[in-house]
Amino acid sequence: MSEQHEQEHEHHIVSPVTYMIIFGALLVGTALTVLASYFDLGEWHIAPGLTLFWNPVVALAIATTKMMLVVLFFMHVKYSSKLTKLTVAAGFFMFLVLVGMTLADYFTRAWGRW
Amino acid sequence: MSPTTAVSTIVTLPDQSTARIPKMNFLTKENGLLSWLLTGDHKRIATLYLISITFFFFIGGALAGLIRLELLTPQTSLMAADTYNKVFTMHGIIMIFFFLVPSVPATLGNFLIPMMIGAKDLALPKVNLLSWYLYIIGGCMGVYVMASGGVDTGWTFTTPLSTHYVNTHVISTAMAAFIAGFSSVFTGLNFIVTIHKMRCPGMTWFRLPLFVWSNYAASILMVLGTPVLAITLVLVMLERAFGIGVFDPTKGGDPILFQHLFWFYSHPAVYIMILPGMGVISEVVSTFSRKRVFGYTAVAFSSVAIAVFGFFVWAHHMFIMGISNYAALIFSLLTMLVAVPSAIKIFNWAFTLYKGSITFETPMLYAFGFMGLFTIGGLTGVFLGTTGTDIHLTETYFIVAHFHFVMVGGMLMAFLSGMHFWWPKWTGRMYPEKISQFAAVVTFIGFNFTFFPQFILGMLGMPRRYASYPPEFQALNVFSTAGASILGVGYLLPIIYLTWSLKYGAVAGNNPWQATGLEWQTQSPPLTENFTEIPVMDHEAYDYEWLEKQDLAKMQAEKEVASV
Amino acid sequence: MSDSTAIANGGQALSNSANTANSAHGEHPPYQRHHFASVEQQADTTNFAMWLFLLTEIMFFGGLFTSYLIMRNWYYQAFVDASHQLSIFWGTGNTVVLIASSFTMAMSVWSAEMKRRKSLLIYLCLTLVFGLTFLGIKGIEWHEKWEKHHIPGAHYSVQSFLNPQSDPEVYKEYQDKPLPPDAAQKTEEYFFLYFAMTGMHALHMVIGIGILVFMIFRAKAGAYTTGHVTFVENFGLYWHFVDIIWIYLFALLYLISRH
Repeated sequence: MSEQHEQEHEHHIVSPVTYMIIFGALLVGTALTVLASYFDLGEWHIAPGLTLFWNPVVALAIATTKMMLVVLFFMHVKYSSKLTKLTVAAGFFMFLVLVGMTLADYFTRAWGRW
Repeated sequence: MSPTTAVSTIVTLPDQSTARIPKMNFLTKENGLLSWLLTGDHKRIATLYLISITFFFFIGGALAGLIRLELLTPQTSLMAADTYNKVFTMHGIIMIFFFLVPSVPATLGNFLIPMMIGAKDLALPKVNLLSWYLYIIGGCMGVYVMASGGVDTGWTFTTPLSTHYVNTHVISTAMAAFIAGFSSVFTGLNFIVTIHKMRCPGMTWFRLPLFVWSNYAASILMVLGTPVLAITLVLVMLERAFGIGVFDPTKGGDPILFQHLFWFYSHPAVYIMILPGMGVISEVVSTFSRKRVFGYTAVAFSSVAIAVFGFFVWAHHMFIMGISNYAALIFSLLTMLVAVPSAIKIFNWAFTLYKGSITFETPMLYAFGFMGLFTIGGLTGVFLGTTGTDIHLTETYFIVAHFHFVMVGGMLMAFLSGMHFWWPKWTGRMYPEKISQFAAVVTFIGFNFTFFPQFILGMLGMPRRYASYPPEFQALNVFSTAGASILGVGYLLPIIYLTWSLKYGAVAGNNPWQATGLEWQTQSPPLTENFTEIPVMDHEAYDYEWLEKQDLAKMQAEKEVASV
Repeated sequence: MSDSTAIANGGQALSNSANTANSAHGEHPPYQRHHFASVEQQADTTNFAMWLFLLTEIMFFGGLFTSYLIMRNWYYQAFVDASHQLSIFWGTGNTVVLIASSFTMAMSVWSAEMKRRKSLLIYLCLTLVFGLTFLGIKGIEWHEKWEKHHIPGAHYSVQSFLNPQSDPEVYKEYQDKPLPPDAAQKTEEYFFLYFAMTGMHALHMVIGIGILVFMIFRAKAGAYTTGHVTFVENFGLYWHFVDIIWIYLFALLYLISRH
């Protein structure tokens, strides 16, 4: 019974070494993001009236990387079924729809009537 | 069993002189109040839900009666304008949150989904029970609030009216809706998990009954949309209690933000309400035309498409509220797209009927009503999704008529269709056919008299949510109220005869409709564990030939037993 | 009388082994519920259910994040100045504490999978300690806000923003320019969102800590080291999710601009 348990049980046990590496990476990310906030990283003038500031982009990028590490390794998504991966992706997608489409209204208000 | 091949005629009842309701079934398994209040059996929970939503439906319906009575005269004759505001608000809140959203999923969905997929119960029975308790707490809270003065903001809680300018029970009502929302989330979560993980051997996704697909799509909406409503209500409560200002323009907030967050849920909510009803119609149309649903794959995918696209169109409720023109353009375009999958379903049902052997039992009458009325309601939605015409029609009775056509003419008819269709399975007894057909026709006529004039009123410019109106609108209003009284009769009759049938209805047997679907292979009412052994699904959905083979095999076996 | 439906005895879709018990009351571990055909199905199902619950949480916080992003975009300067009132020291400290608690939680799951009771207990207790530390630091930060009259509502004061020099510790670090009155008033929006978001997060921490305490008692009794790890695993998912929310809150609330 136990051999069958191991055979069909695709459950991958993540090793503590992996966890420690990820932990280290998360700490590095935290330090980086605090550091980055102390510098003015400039902006990108895409078009008149449309500027992208790099500070928030960097902060969110680092936060997203940290999030991905937690999701993939601490939450085992890297070793999970396709269904789990799809579920996580669906959650992020819906979050982005909520934020993105709402912000689309706010950002385009200043564009005037037509 | 009827000696003829059972496929061509519909209603096949066992010999009434010898037939009995099976002694051991989910209703008789255990007795006592606690066995019901602490049950994990999805069928018992479905029964609890059925009784509860009927209760809330009648409160909501009574409020509707009050609205129509008030609108008989152009002046505010029956009640003060403030009271009228409370009446239509509570009507909306009770009907939407405590009747329509849980109606098909929590009753029929809970009852049928495990059986349809060949499982013994839903994946999370305790969560299912919790879901019912949350619903009851939320619902009772809502009714209590109503009795102690109610709320008068409209069911949409629009800010800053709801946060700053009314002194009614906004916070308590918001709390009631918040709690009921979690009931919905847990039901949806349970369904998704069950459908993914508990299908019996052989039950592939494309062998599932379309009712399961529809509930699955609705469940996605419940799980992803309802939490946004929850946080919106929390923000309204905080703003009202502490005067913060995230929706208050004087403090730098934005009332439109509330509307974005509110409608992000409330638009998918309408698909939560209609999708399970569409699932019922698929089952009923197939059974009563003795044909598999035309374009099964298209109908299945269209359910999911409605769910996905339904998340992208919410700002079509906000065209006149101050969103940017560009946003209005995008949302209008997407709204046009979301109409397509719904239309695909209607076409597929129509093609199912074509060359089918159609009979007109009560569930089928309601299904026909659905198809016609939902089509009208849906088409009028296109006028509202077009920004230009929406400017004229929004906040008028045209909107009221539109959503009542889809919700009442559509959803409620689908609910009644489903209740009649699965009544024999649920209770073991048939409802009386003639009076139920009469009630269905009365409902259809009453509905049209009530709500069709409201389209005209809306086009003529009568605003919604007004207790008084210009005298030239009175004739149509009187017409509408007269229709409402007929509609009321149409809804009362089922309560009476369905209750009557519990004791005096004909014994139904396992499969009175000769329908396909695993639930019809069990006894009526079913055992607590649904199946004595987990079935193996070896045929496609709506496979009437398989059913015929089954019946022939059974008759053969009985013949052999008899001849021995 | 035989049922017309075909009979199955642990069909392939449910389990690969032919001898999974499926009859009236076959052999199964005591923690397997009767409507499941196998422990694998039960574990798989409950894991999926927890992920779906986390999806609802993403959307729940999503409303708050949307509101925050809009307000920050509208009142950028006010938000910058208001964010300077938050201590980078405590904020970074809290972030490190919570990440550490995620690490110890992951190690707890590993301990349960490896059936090591003592190790599990140690890591669960460490997670608890870190969680309580987080809440303690939060308490310190909130108390500081209370003292400086930065809690939105009747006692809110814009003094620190109208006249930044009246707040020497913050002024020393950032040398903010005085804000005009209408902009200064918008800092209250920032603090409302700050308290709403960190408050909602803290509420989720408190619930998590409550369940953690329950788990520690059960772990002591050996409940999770006999092969049935799903409770610890699923709680771990919840705990990591709360950590992720904080990662974003820290980046958005504390690190708007410190230059």
